[in-house]
Amino acid sequence: MAEMIAGPRGPKPRRAFSTPNIVLYGTLIVVAAYYALPLYVMIVTSLKTMPEIRLGNVFSPPVEITFEPWVKAWSSACTGINCDGLSRGFWNSVWILIPSVILSIAISSVNGYALANWKYRGSEFFFAVLMIGAFIPYQVMLYPIVLVLKNIGDFLSIFSLAMGMGKVQVYGTLSGLVIVHTIFGMPILTLLFRNYFSALPEELFKAARVDGAGFWGIFFKIMLPMALPIFVVAMILQVTGIWNDFLFGVIYTKPEIYPMTVQLNNIVNSVQGVKEYNVNMAATLLTGLVPLTIYFISGKLFVRGIAAGAVKG
Amino acid sequence: MQHSISVRDLTLKFGAQAVLKTLNLDVAEGEFIVLLGPSGCGKSTLLNCLAGLLDITDGQIWIKGQNVTWAEPSERGIGMVFQSYALYPQMTVRGNLSFGLKNARMPKDEIDKRVARAAEILQIQPLLDRKPGALSGGQRQRVAIGRALVRDVDVFLFDEPLSNLDAKLRSELRVEIKRLHSRLNNTMVYVTHDQIEALTLADRIAVMRGGIIQQLDAPQTIYNRPANLFVAGFIGSPSMNFLHGRTVDGGRTYRIGEVSLDLAGYDGGAVMERDKAILGLRPEHLTIQDHAEPGRTIPAVVEIDEPMGADSLVWLKAGEAQMSVRVPVEDRLEKGRAVHLQVDMTKASIFDAVSEQRV
Repeated sequence: MAEMIAGPRGPKPRRAFSTPNIVLYGTLIVVAAYYALPLYVMIVTSLKTMPEIRLGNVFSPPVEITFEPWVKAWSSACTGINCDGLSRGFWNSVWILIPSVILSIAISSVNGYALANWKYRGSEFFFAVLMIGAFIPYQVMLYPIVLVLKNIGDFLSIFSLAMGMGKVQVYGTLSGLVIVHTIFGMPILTLLFRNYFSALPEELFKAARVDGAGFWGIFFKIMLPMALPIFVVAMILQVTGIWNDFLFGVIYTKPEIYPMTVQLNNIVNSVQGVKEYNVNMAATLLTGLVPLTIYFISGKLFVRGIAAGAVKG
Repeated sequence: MQHSISVRDLTLKFGAQAVLKTLNLDVAEGEFIVLLGPSGCGKSTLLNCLAGLLDITDGQIWIKGQNVTWAEPSERGIGMVFQSYALYPQMTVRGNLSFGLKNARMPKDEIDKRVARAAEILQIQPLLDRKPGALSGGQRQRVAIGRALVRDVDVFLFDEPLSNLDAKLRSELRVEIKRLHSRLNNTMVYVTHDQIEALTLADRIAVMRGGIIQQLDAPQTIYNRPANLFVAGFIGSPSMNFLHGRTVDGGRTYRIGEVSLDLAGYDGGAVMERDKAILGLRPEHLTIQDHAEPGRTIPAVVEIDEPMGADSLVWLKAGEAQMSVRVPVEDRLEKGRAVHLQVDMTKASIFDAVSEQRV
């Protein structure tokens, strides 16, 4: 009997080099190489000395590895008058990033919550206006915002001068840039939060109201604890967006407080002396490190957050 | 007598569409009212208005002699239980029960006392430190009831609390809610589309359609003397048989085709002569017999019989009309057999075909 029901045994046979496999993996390898090669060249070049670079073998690994270019890019590369490398720009970017991310997420999460749960007369209209704002090209608003920031500064100066303090500057300062980033993050983040909060069961909100929780009570005690995944998404969006920003950084700040991206540009494009390719490569890699780290750290959290939400319903 | 809940000319409009139309409802102290109707009839909307979760367009709502038309939900002295339980997922059962009390800034020992009492009544003491995610559907709904219970309020509002549960659990919790009501004796307003729940739980049922209360009466009255054609058709499963005929002979005889039925013993108003009148007969108020009795029986032919365990449902064709009759399960009737249906006129309903009202 046993022999009769015993069919084929062992694992299902697989052919490693079938045509579909070769096509599939072949394509993947080519595409991967296409994207990885520039990165490879950058890393390799950043570890070479200048004489070695001049030999012209772009793809060859460094004969003798040097970290000199990295150190120089960080601490002593020249951008016009300053010769303290990217470090200044790094800290500028950090001081722009932290308040911008916190402020924009804090405001837009409350916005989204209010639009999702506390519908009032005209709330849909308000939301529509906000969405239109998201589709207007930035360039249109660049100059008006220069004027707005300047006028805010002048207006605040009336009080500060009256109180015996100095003149207040908003345009051309870090706080000005923080305001700009917060405003421009608002439409997309509000949309994100509104949709997330709308998807939460409405009865939960009703139950909390019967339980006597108010606008802020429901937000902090009921909604926030359920919104971790969307906060992580918003954080990734904002950190990468603001860190990579170049345009606003150039326009709304001045040389001493330029963010890292602007400073990188100034190092790479500086016209004096020889082009130090190794320093340029190191500087570029250093600038890209922050968004990269954020993706690596929060990417996992992000996926886990979404999965947890899906199971709990 | 003071009413526990009193709704005066309540109107609610979403844009131009009126969802509730000048609705009036008085609920006595300790009464169990069920709002029953098909989906979209406005029953849940009415409950949300009572709870203060929807702003009404016009009218007034009084609870316990207070005008609460514009009061916040938490200030109305109500507790509410939702269909999806709506437990706060990040809090333990204890946290869920005490959330409302903490918002009311109640002292901690009083909170503990109330939570303990609610847990004891609903037998959920072992679950107090669990999160809702670790509870079964029935347990979650107990906790949801507990959340209303700890508020120590006079009025409970239930929004289809059992419709997410399976059939067995549903009947268990139904009994439990009834037990809870007889123990606490507070006013309960209960929304459902399940007529069994309505008939078993209610002191009075309000049958709703299109934002209007069609009939507000004790379950037996609703069942036996439905106010109109809609209520008659909505209540009862299988639904009432309707025959389309006319009343003649000064309202003493009902005629459908060649068949005449004597209306003596009809429990209702003046029948009068009507060209179009609908006779409503429930499946259990008909009996199948072999011989005709003039003025008391309708001839019919058996089509299908459906044994349902306790009894059996026989579908017949009487002239044009499709009819169902409930018979003891032993009475098997073969297809095509010609029989006569005896009518119990004392339990019948006659509706005017135009106004659709019972006469």
